[in-house]
Amino acid sequence: MSDILLQADKLAVTYTSTRGPVVALQDLSTRLHQGEFLSVLGPSGCGKSTLLKVVAGLLRPSGGSVTLAGAPITGPRPDVGIVFQQPTLLPWQTVLDNVLLPVRTLGMDLAAGRDKAMQLLKLVGLDKFARHYPNELSGGMQQRVGIARGIIHDPTLLLMDEPFAALDAMTREHMMLELQRIWMATGKSVVFITHSIPEAVFLSDRIAVLSARPGRTIREVEIDLPRPRTLATMADPRFTEICNELRALFTDLVKFD
Amino acid sequence: MNLMHERLKTVLYPLITFAVLLAVWEIAIRVFKVPNFILPTPVSVVQALYRGYVEGLYWQHFFFTLQSMLFGYLLGCTLAFMLGCLFAESRTFERMLYPFVVALQSMPKVALAPLIIVWFGFGIESKIVMVALVCFFPMFINTAMGLKHTNPALLDLMNAFSASRWHILTRIKIPSAAGHIFAGLQIAIVLGLIGAVVAEFVSSTKGLGHLINASAVNLETNTMFAALLSLAVLGILGSQVVRLLHAKVVFWDKQASSQAIVSE
Repeated sequence: MSDILLQADKLAVTYTSTRGPVVALQDLSTRLHQGEFLSVLGPSGCGKSTLLKVVAGLLRPSGGSVTLAGAPITGPRPDVGIVFQQPTLLPWQTVLDNVLLPVRTLGMDLAAGRDKAMQLLKLVGLDKFARHYPNELSGGMQQRVGIARGIIHDPTLLLMDEPFAALDAMTREHMMLELQRIWMATGKSVVFITHSIPEAVFLSDRIAVLSARPGRTIREVEIDLPRPRTLATMADPRFTEICNELRALFTDLVKFD
Repeated sequence: MNLMHERLKTVLYPLITFAVLLAVWEIAIRVFKVPNFILPTPVSVVQALYRGYVEGLYWQHFFFTLQSMLFGYLLGCTLAFMLGCLFAESRTFERMLYPFVVALQSMPKVALAPLIIVWFGFGIESKIVMVALVCFFPMFINTAMGLKHTNPALLDLMNAFSASRWHILTRIKIPSAAGHIFAGLQIAIVLGLIGAVVAEFVSSTKGLGHLINASAVNLETNTMFAALLSLAVLGILGSQVVRLLHAKVVFWDKQASSQAIVSE
């Protein structure tokens, strides 16, 4: 936990809407270390996804700065991978071709990419489904394809925007375990956007808690639960304690509104 | 076994309707003593068809209409597809064209038929242009709208993966819009046939539309019916081919291909 990969400093984003300017983020500062799993936790509509878009280079901040590996983010970068809330797979392409999408757009070697894709599909447990089409897969399986696609080009940073929000509760728990396993196997740095407290506590090394709009960091919590965490971890008193602390924080936030 | 039974029903029941219709037709003519130049008997229509297609007189008309239809359709739809892409991709182009598109869209294109005959002559050229013109708009609008309705999350994703604009258009937007585009092709083929017939009505020496027009002068109603049936066959053939292509090409969206059948 030494070198800082991502640093956001007094970040501000203002949208112009028909009702005038909307301040989505204000004075948001946080950082991400190499290999760290950071969750950004906040109430809905607090600008979590806005933050992600800024880091992905899809949106220009109106104030402050974000640097990735020391350089300011000016646009989409090949060393960043992204996973959305919806799997957003191409229905006309096979699972394998969907995973290969970044390889194609970034002009990487296709033959090597294919081998890598098969390895990743094995890692997410879908190697038998490489030739299938997305609509033949369940929601959880589709999202795992999305994760494989997010890391195929070997990014140093993986951005995840509520990737399990659209899944049912049981699939969600299973996916949390899966993600931890994949993360531990690949050693990626992850920014994970979520509004689920247990999900954030279970997965993260550190949690940045955002306030309601305009979003800014109000608290950072280190999660010191030992890894690998299992479903039993969720019954751990320490786990419950952290969850309760965070929950109390949100109760205050809501009152504040 | 049950499935076979169901399939048999879907073929058999329309045939029953057809048989009843023919019977009512024949009986009505006999009972009310309708003269042949008002309404021909089914038998005389079949005779006309036999004479036309076995002895060979109708084939030239059939192929003339088929040809103007086919070339006009390809010309109109290709142009419409390309301009539709431009329209959806370029904001400037859209701003420049939008008011004219709306104005032209609400104008009945068949009203231009006499003018097109003046410009392109009595031959097949004017028919091709007419068909192309009629096919253009549904295809153009559907292409442009389809492209504009690409899932924004998908576009974000492609941008995040540094995809080029060309890559996004050809690999993402066009496949996403395939359902819309095929709906446009489906409407265009039906309208195209109307365009061909109208152009032939206005002035032609060949074609099924001309055949109807010419036989109206001589009150040869059986020939008119034979030509009408031929046109129906052309229309059904055309839409079936497009429908088949739709199901084959847009294989991932089974629902959309069945919807297009209803909307057309």
